[in-house]
Amino acid sequence: MTLSLEGFRLPLTPFALELDVTLSAHVTAVFGPSGAGKTSLLEAVAGLRHPQRGRIVLSGRVLDDAAGGVRVPPRQRAVGYVTQDDSLFPHLSVAGNLRYGAGRGVARKAPLGEDRIVDTLGLASLLDRSPATLSGGERRRVALGRALLSTPEILLLDEPLSGLDRPLKVRVLEHLLKIKAAFPLPILYVTHEAAEVEALADEVVVLDAGHLVARGAPADVLRDGAPGRSDRHLAG
Amino acid sequence: MFELAVDVPVVWFTLRVAALAVLLLAPFGLALALLLARRRFPGKALLETLVSLPLVLPPVATGLLLLKFLGRRGPGGRAARSLFGVDLVFTWKAVVVAMMVMSLPLLVRTARVAFEEVNPRLEAVARTLGASEVRVLSTVTLPLASRGIAAGLLLAFARSLGEFGATILVAGNIPGRTTTIATAIYNDVQTGLDGRAYGLLAVSAALAFGAIFLSEVWLKRRTNA
Repeated sequence: MTLSLEGFRLPLTPFALELDVTLSAHVTAVFGPSGAGKTSLLEAVAGLRHPQRGRIVLSGRVLDDAAGGVRVPPRQRAVGYVTQDDSLFPHLSVAGNLRYGAGRGVARKAPLGEDRIVDTLGLASLLDRSPATLSGGERRRVALGRALLSTPEILLLDEPLSGLDRPLKVRVLEHLLKIKAAFPLPILYVTHEAAEVEALADEVVVLDAGHLVARGAPADVLRDGAPGRSDRHLAG
Repeated sequence: MFELAVDVPVVWFTLRVAALAVLLLAPFGLALALLLARRRFPGKALLETLVSLPLVLPPVATGLLLLKFLGRRGPGGRAARSLFGVDLVFTWKAVVVAMMVMSLPLLVRTARVAFEEVNPRLEAVARTLGASEVRVLSTVTLPLASRGIAAGLLLAFARSLGEFGATILVAGNIPGRTTTIATAIYNDVQTGLDGRAYGLLAVSAALAFGAIFLSEVWLKRRTNA
């Protein structure tokens, strides 16, 4: 899998997100301070925003081409987008949430298997619950499961550990590592925590004010000091 | 001295035309509410103003406009005649139209707030999960806005039951044909049938109380959810 942004420009305030990059690692961390344009990048890949210029190409498939007028709608992109606030459907049970995107018409490959996803994320005992009764960590896991069940070609995770207290962070991180080990699925992982980058990512791209300022192996990039680097709260 | 009496046929007629008015208004009103809640377009402020106009315009003035519009020489009246071969004014159909126009603002304003309270992020996520626009609407937007929509429909129904000013101009007050609870009360008071007037007063007070009470309960429960 490769995700390419070619001559990509998305106007934001007060700057524009401008990228020319091809990503092909298993887990790519998009790292940088708040307001660097990380979430906007995920939204563009998900098709919720469209570039003013340039193209987005996922595994040879053109998702956006501003010049050519191509705008593949979100429902046909096969992206598993997990938002920062997890966005569970409050009126559906956990099972209803998980199955919402299952069996979508656009899947190009075999589904990952509901049982396997439920097992990997430890969701079996939650299926009948309402999202309102779940803890923060459980909500994240359901949101991850829902995205996986939609048979995505790429997983877009927007700070999946933010807002959780430390023990929960560690547990959800374990589940993310399990997902990485169990499914050969590329992941674009947005975070502003260096420790998460080190724990999960194979490659990291550093964004600042809409521009790519560094990229490489996590150990190298983080050692050289990245802008907006925060404390290593997961260490130890 | 009077004997309390309830004019059952008038109550029954009013309930039926009001229900029909809300039923016919619902698809159009909800579409309008969704449009105002979710889209930005040129002329939106004008459309918002037009929708709310019946709230503040004297109902009789709205009735006069409707009379001109739906009359034999009005565009609406001519269209109804050529399409369906029917006259509208001074029939029960005009009662329905008057009720629809007068209750439109209440439905649209209430439903619009309900739609605006649905987190657009949930709709966006549903799209990324492969849902078509129809599926997003039917499985996310409408269920999450359902209490507000129900409250809006109930308010529109209550407003229709009490409609007087526009109705009397465009449909008249023809006993057994276009007379509703409101116009019947007026008739009964004018002709000194106080018992019948108070009977209808009791019925309409009970209906209005029930409708408003239920819609308040629904709106409250939605906010607390």
